[in-house]
Amino acid sequence: MSAYAWMWVAIVAAGVLSWATKLAGHSVPEAWLENPRVHRIAAFVTVALLSALVGVQTFATGRTLVVDARLAAVAVAAVLLWRRAPFIVVVAVAAGVAAGLRALGWG
Amino acid sequence: MTRPRLDAARQQALSVSLATGAYGLSFGALSVAAGLDVWQTCALSLLVFSGGSQFAFIGVIGAGGSPFSAVATSTFLGLRNGFYGVGLAPVLRPMRGWRRSAAAQVTIDESTAVALAQPAEDRAARRAGFWWTGVGVFVAWNAITLLGALLGSRIGDPADWGLDAAAAAAFLALVWPRLAHRRAQAVAAASCVLALALTPLVPAGLPVLAAAAVAIVAGWGHPRPEEVPE
Repeated sequence: MSAYAWMWVAIVAAGVLSWATKLAGHSVPEAWLENPRVHRIAAFVTVALLSALVGVQTFATGRTLVVDARLAAVAVAAVLLWRRAPFIVVVAVAAGVAAGLRALGWG
Repeated sequence: MTRPRLDAARQQALSVSLATGAYGLSFGALSVAAGLDVWQTCALSLLVFSGGSQFAFIGVIGAGGSPFSAVATSTFLGLRNGFYGVGLAPVLRPMRGWRRSAAAQVTIDESTAVALAQPAEDRAARRAGFWWTGVGVFVAWNAITLLGALLGSRIGDPADWGLDAAAAAAFLALVWPRLAHRRAQAVAAASCVLALALTPLVPAGLPVLAAAAVAIVAGWGHPRPEEVPE
């Protein structure tokens, strides 16, 4: 088989495995979820993963941690959230802060 | 009472879809640069539909790795999506057949975050948040992937527009309502610190996945019910 065909095999395999992973979560038996401990852990898992994602998206560039315009943008976003600003304002201002700082040559 | 909340969910879904979709432009361009053709690039967005996994896939190929290691890396980075299905169970179940298959395909960071950012007692708003974001990102991501693949290197870097910072801010905004109690705040802080501490040490994807350990520790004991983020 050609390298091109193998690439197609890999793409379809990655797709099937991605979907199967997602489906597995939706197929966890109801009885397991009725266990209060599993229920609590499931509730905390989303908070944990999304918070970790915020950290990585703010500081990571590949496998190095850097402080750049993203941190300033996220800090401004946190202040806006604390002041109960609407979601779209928080996101737009964060993008503006990062883009503005970069246009000025910082971070 | 219900209507304004549904509108908030849809508004968030729309802004998240547009901001995330814009990243499809750089995925499309980078994928073609890594040596995949336009069809293969679009197939990745349609079938894998998980940004981190897709960027990892083309990253491995672009670096000269084998298609098999690309599949392994992509799958590994997508494991957290499996946890999301469990966390979404109270929102989406019962679900069978086609509905469950479709929900699985659009279970990603964004749809999970928007769903769970809606008030816990308003299940309709949470469902609307999940489906509108999931389908919205799916449409935008795939359409803009095609555009990026066709335009190739002629497009700029989304970071120039601050879109990378916007993504981080959006996830912060979406997790924010769930941090009302000290225990949830501690979980968020510990997860963030753990992921950052692991970033230089382990392959990409593992730092975020490792944060699940923090959730297991937090949920294992006997927190008071009001401390558990529903």
